[in-house]
Amino acid sequence: MTMLFKPVILWTDALIYLLVMVVLAFVWYVRRNEHMLAPWRRVGHSASGMAALTVLVFFIVIGLLDTVHFRPTVENSSNGEKVYSVEVLSLLDVIAAPLRTRVEKTYSAPFAAYLYARETIELLDGGQIREFPRLQFGGAHLQNPEVQLFADVAWRAAAGAALGFLGWCVLVALLGALLARRDNARFLPTLSAIRRGTTEIPWNAVLVTLGLILSLLGAALALSTHYHIFGSDKVGQDVFYQSLKSIRTGLVIGTLTTLMMLPFALLLGIMAGYFRGWVDDVIQYIYTTLSSIPGVLLIAAAVLMMQVYMEAHPELFDTIAARADLRLLFLCIILGVTSWTGLCRLLRGETLKLREMEYIQAAHAFGVSHWRIISRHILPNVMHIVLIATVMDFSGLVLAEAVLSYVGVGVDPSMISFGTMINAARLEMAREPMVWWALLSAFGFMFALVLSANLFADAVQDAFNPRVRTWSLKAGKPQRTGREEDPETKPVAVAVKDSISP
Amino acid sequence: MSPLLQIDNLETILHTGAMPVRAVDGITLQILQGETFALLGESGCGKSMTALSIMRLLPEVGEIIAGSIRIGGEDLLLLPEAAMRNVRGRRISMIFQEPMLSLNPVMTVAEQIGEALQRHFDLRGAAQQQRVLELLNQVGIPDAAHRMTEYPFQFSGGMKQRVMIAMALAGEPELLIADEPTTALDVTIQAQVLELMRGLQQRSNMAILLITHDLGVVAEMAQRVAVMYAGEIVETATREDFFRSPAHPYSRKLFAALPGRAKRRQGLGLEMISGNVPPLSQEFVGCRFADRCDHAWDLCRTTAPGWSVVATGHQVRCHLFNQNSGSRIQDPVKAAETDFQAIPNPKSPLPNSELLRVTDLKVYFPIHKGLMKRVVGHVKAVDGVSLTIARGKTLALVGESGCGKTTVGKGILQLITPTAGSVRYDGLELVGLERKQLREKRAEFQIIFQDPYSSLNPRMRITDIIEEGMNALNIRNNDRTDHAGHQSLSLQGKKVDTLLQRVGLPPETKWRYPHEFSGGQRQRIAIARALAVNPRLLICDEPTSALDVSVQAQILNLLKELQASLGLAYLFITHNISVVEYFADEVAVMYLGRIVEWGSVDEVLGNPKHPYTQALLSAVPVIELNPKREVIRLHGDLPSPANPPAGCHFHPRCRHAMPVCHRTYPGTSTFSATHTARCYLYPQQQDTSTKHEDCCTGASKNSKF
Amino acid sequence: MLNYIIRRMLYAIPILIGVNLITFTLFFVVNTPDDMARMQLGIKRVTPEAIEKWKHERGYDKPLMFNDSEEGAAKFTRTIFFEKSAAMFVFDFGRADDGRDIAHEIKARMLPSLAIALPVFLLGLIVYITFALVMAFFRATYVDFWGVVLCVALMSISSLFYIIGGQFLISKLWHLVPISGYGGGLDAGKFLVLPVIIGVISGAGANTRWYRTIFLEEMGKDYVRTARAKGLPESIVLFRHVLRNAMIPILTGAVVVIPLLFLGSLIAESFFGIPGLGSYTIDAINSQDFAVVRAMVFLGSLLYIIGLILTDISYTLVDPRIRLE
Repeated sequence: MTMLFKPVILWTDALIYLLVMVVLAFVWYVRRNEHMLAPWRRVGHSASGMAALTVLVFFIVIGLLDTVHFRPTVENSSNGEKVYSVEVLSLLDVIAAPLRTRVEKTYSAPFAAYLYARETIELLDGGQIREFPRLQFGGAHLQNPEVQLFADVAWRAAAGAALGFLGWCVLVALLGALLARRDNARFLPTLSAIRRGTTEIPWNAVLVTLGLILSLLGAALALSTHYHIFGSDKVGQDVFYQSLKSIRTGLVIGTLTTLMMLPFALLLGIMAGYFRGWVDDVIQYIYTTLSSIPGVLLIAAAVLMMQVYMEAHPELFDTIAARADLRLLFLCIILGVTSWTGLCRLLRGETLKLREMEYIQAAHAFGVSHWRIISRHILPNVMHIVLIATVMDFSGLVLAEAVLSYVGVGVDPSMISFGTMINAARLEMAREPMVWWALLSAFGFMFALVLSANLFADAVQDAFNPRVRTWSLKAGKPQRTGREEDPETKPVAVAVKDSISP
Repeated sequence: MSPLLQIDNLETILHTGAMPVRAVDGITLQILQGETFALLGESGCGKSMTALSIMRLLPEVGEIIAGSIRIGGEDLLLLPEAAMRNVRGRRISMIFQEPMLSLNPVMTVAEQIGEALQRHFDLRGAAQQQRVLELLNQVGIPDAAHRMTEYPFQFSGGMKQRVMIAMALAGEPELLIADEPTTALDVTIQAQVLELMRGLQQRSNMAILLITHDLGVVAEMAQRVAVMYAGEIVETATREDFFRSPAHPYSRKLFAALPGRAKRRQGLGLEMISGNVPPLSQEFVGCRFADRCDHAWDLCRTTAPGWSVVATGHQVRCHLFNQNSGSRIQDPVKAAETDFQAIPNPKSPLPNSELLRVTDLKVYFPIHKGLMKRVVGHVKAVDGVSLTIARGKTLALVGESGCGKTTVGKGILQLITPTAGSVRYDGLELVGLERKQLREKRAEFQIIFQDPYSSLNPRMRITDIIEEGMNALNIRNNDRTDHAGHQSLSLQGKKVDTLLQRVGLPPETKWRYPHEFSGGQRQRIAIARALAVNPRLLICDEPTSALDVSVQAQILNLLKELQASLGLAYLFITHNISVVEYFADEVAVMYLGRIVEWGSVDEVLGNPKHPYTQALLSAVPVIELNPKREVIRLHGDLPSPANPPAGCHFHPRCRHAMPVCHRTYPGTSTFSATHTARCYLYPQQQDTSTKHEDCCTGASKNSKF
Repeated sequence: MLNYIIRRMLYAIPILIGVNLITFTLFFVVNTPDDMARMQLGIKRVTPEAIEKWKHERGYDKPLMFNDSEEGAAKFTRTIFFEKSAAMFVFDFGRADDGRDIAHEIKARMLPSLAIALPVFLLGLIVYITFALVMAFFRATYVDFWGVVLCVALMSISSLFYIIGGQFLISKLWHLVPISGYGGGLDAGKFLVLPVIIGVISGAGANTRWYRTIFLEEMGKDYVRTARAKGLPESIVLFRHVLRNAMIPILTGAVVVIPLLFLGSLIAESFFGIPGLGSYTIDAINSQDFAVVRAMVFLGSLLYIIGLILTDISYTLVDPRIRLE
């Protein structure tokens, strides 16, 4: 048997797999440690956070589907030798094949059955007229679009949404059964508890979000097989498909950048704070110097130079996808270089505080080695900062990608991303009538992704750093856990500080 | 006479966590015009919340759900917020525990006092400044005319608290609420502030609600006392009644838990209150103290006790005094004393038993200044300290904050590299030892810290915390036979169990994390961690100063018992004289980086020679009905160790200062084989001409070098 | 205090040298001038002569650090490092690809950049602080709640959307002000309204929320309780006590960006066609004019470091604890 495809693991794919493994290992580890689980429980209690997480999971699933890459075989007549296509596809491309392959000539509006531009059409009688021709695929099944289109769209949307709703009902039932079994409760009371929001995790918020997503998804899927629901772009490609493809780019930038910078920030930040002295001076000098170059300019300069380098070394990549991917990876690294300094500074400050803690003094009194003190005492106690920084950075990076791609120092022009979509669509702003759909769907998807990331980040920050409470309003009762003293644990506090700090 | 403040059945809850915390659970009290009323209780009993409820300044999670608070007949809880503002700072003023945090850092002192005057008397301009000056003079701020335009950070802690008092007095209030006003201050400063408050009260006939955990402060200040426990008042009495015959078992336990010389003489352990204050988020059925009470019987667990009158003006919430149920104890005080547990006296030390000798230890921290961050001077945190500790004995190092006593401890352990001097442990010089060589010796001397909340890594289980030292120092528990890894692991596990039992915790707790333990329990774990490596010397750096009195007693008893059974030597660093009296064999008093007096505990505390020691001891509030002592008032604050006064460091504050004191640091004066001091009041010894000579020798009887 | 400021200034010198070395490495060591030439001239049909000519025109035909063929000091001065990198310390940025003097161009373009960046900065500061104060005043009510929700929503929107949406709505739909362009003098006003409004709005979410956090943190401090215990009304507590303390981190945080205002905004300027330094940079990036990008990197760092020094000075002005130490 010959293989029908050749798996391709691009650089970013490999790193995403690594990231997924790290996250899984982290989850496994956290589940075993009650004290690490506690703040995550608090995240779980935040309704907005869990709703946002639901949306994020939806995006992540699409991003992961778009990460499994391969090269399909192309039929080769001569001597039966297998030849793989130069085109690299992903699982998402296969699933969305109808969207990907049904390319129109040029612009068409959402749900349109006609092209957006007039064309000269040769009539059978030899005459010519200029009119809007029918689309090759969008609404092609309709005999008379002017009359049928609205009803057809409505019917398909309703059917799709209903199907999505049905799927949702099944999920609700499954969840109810699962919870009931876990708590040894009956099924119906469990469901009503979910509805009233009295469960520990606000399942009602999750389920409402999920219901919305599934209904929308159902409608979108049902419609997208027969229409370009977000229209098509200049070369006739489906905008919905482009939006889906952009998700992976955004996720990669948002996560891998942090992954790239994390080792540096951790190592240098902790070293500077722990060893102080000349180590601190050198590290501070490095990050002050790097951070004194305005970020966009440094990125611009680095990307320009990277372009020159990649032009000069074309042997580094064998496909266009590999080239675009390598450029994406470089972009992540450069973004990482410009953004690690903030986290590094935070970690240095926290380590400076921690090293004076008495448990670290006690470890010194036991002669515990520096390395062990850093790994067992300091690292676990700064991880919450790393986590908060990671989730807080994510949304900023997704937004930055769009801006950078617009400036021309972002991802490869051949790679679909929110930035390239906006950049391409922007040129049509001046067109009368305006081509607005590509812009709007890029912004819409980006808004959904960034908003849910922001909300989730808020929930994480609230849970891990109760001192800075962003907001919380439960049943009209203020919930500030910041300052009030727990009457059980507050010591009489005769804080007679004796040591004189140098 | 109608009371000035009448609180009836006040209930305040805090909305934290799942269950509301009933911080104040139905208290009733009256305060009369011009009297000082003390609200006494341990941390978490709800006394601060009572104060904040009166001011209606509860944190946002707090809510008053029932009761009334009347001042001069007017119910504060019914006032609209705007009217309440006319009460705050005018009829009732409040001062807080932390003067460092309670003043606005970016406003001058005059501005902050002035705005209270403007608010309540519409006093502006020159008249306002004049009044501010008066107030500052009244609270004893020296050079007030000049200092009123300064910012709070330019004042010392004691001075800040004076400014706070001046601010509270600005509205000429009828009632002053003082919430732990001296807890954050040193004893000598505490004496100053308490004296100030007493004086002000006598002049202005203002009532004071004094909130404190310190029986000594109550004894010095109060006319009437209320004892609070777990959100309710369990006893009210006049000061005389309360100190003569405390009624409630909890009050009696508080007295019994206080360390002191008398208890040491009797060779008794300290009375402990077992367990902890119950969480206030629960509903109580019976008496709240029943679980910790030695006298509790069935009734206590089922029925909450009502008020019983012991004497006129002396009420107690305890079934023991209920006439109907029959008084169970005839003489409460005597009964309480019967259950002291005796602690065996430590074995007499071996002859020639010097364990640690510190000679002329100096720890300087450089001060960088100027363009190139040159070193322009040094903070002389420790400036030539010499001391010796005998095997199995306790040396207490006493001093106020900033005198360098913690730095001495860290310098001995080489946690801070000393600038000069020598530390010889069992004959081996530790200063300048390589990290690796030092490590081999580290098991011999260990340290216990002050703050039980920062001394345990929150991310490690108890077993990992205790094993850390064993692993780092390869403690094999005297058992060299095992080579198999898991066998030694299980042995190590057994050792952890033994250690936890030894410090009074069940072995199962080793799988838990620090946040699940109370302050006292954490301190026990810290002790177990230190014991894990079988040390012979423990440096205890204020191990009980963050703990409540009852918990402090538990820890002191444990330390004493460990000393008896393991022959540990302690360097006990503290500012608490009563702990020293109870605990130490020898005492060294430190002032500004140097030891000024040294001797056995009876010599130093019974017959202090150095003026500083005398002042320090006189400043400690005593728990006696009629204290006949004269407080030696110290002027000013501790000078900066970066720039100590020339000559004797103490001379600017000393009432005996002579011209010679300004010039050179005094040499040693010897009073007995063990008692020395450095002061010109006494004949100087020959060997004082050179600075490098040791000042405080004579630690162990035979050490004359 | 003067000592302190002088020390800060001296400390800036090694950082500027570091920045200079980074740009030098980035522009001349990672890629050879030959590569750059090939890139600009087009990979395929490029002759060695064309490359040499390109390099000669730009002065890139010298050794990097050390010139063996010269005599004396010229061994070091007749090099790319000295002529292209070290020269930036005296603001000699060389010429752009279109032959114009970069330093001159920068001088001419600073003002338009400032004309849009400064109003955005000042107006923004006022607006954000006002809204944050309102939210802090009504903390833990629905005003605060929805305020924060709005902030999170605003900060989740791409800045590109604000610009495109604003241009579409105000200029194209309502025809209130020109979409883009720039004029001198009073004429500039009508071109500036839109970019300034959009600039303020696009920063509103993140900044308002940040200031609100500062206010709330300050309100949790003990001295606020003391102020209330004096009987002061909440408005005085907020304005006299909280605001004064909170302004320290807010002002010093704002001061650091003041010098950077000269650089303008990359995107806004190019969208609105304002001939400032931002659009200059973008044009240079798009036409791969290495000399201009290099100059802008150095200038940006210089301005940032000036900002840091100004921050230090402003600290000593607003915080008595630092002023009087």
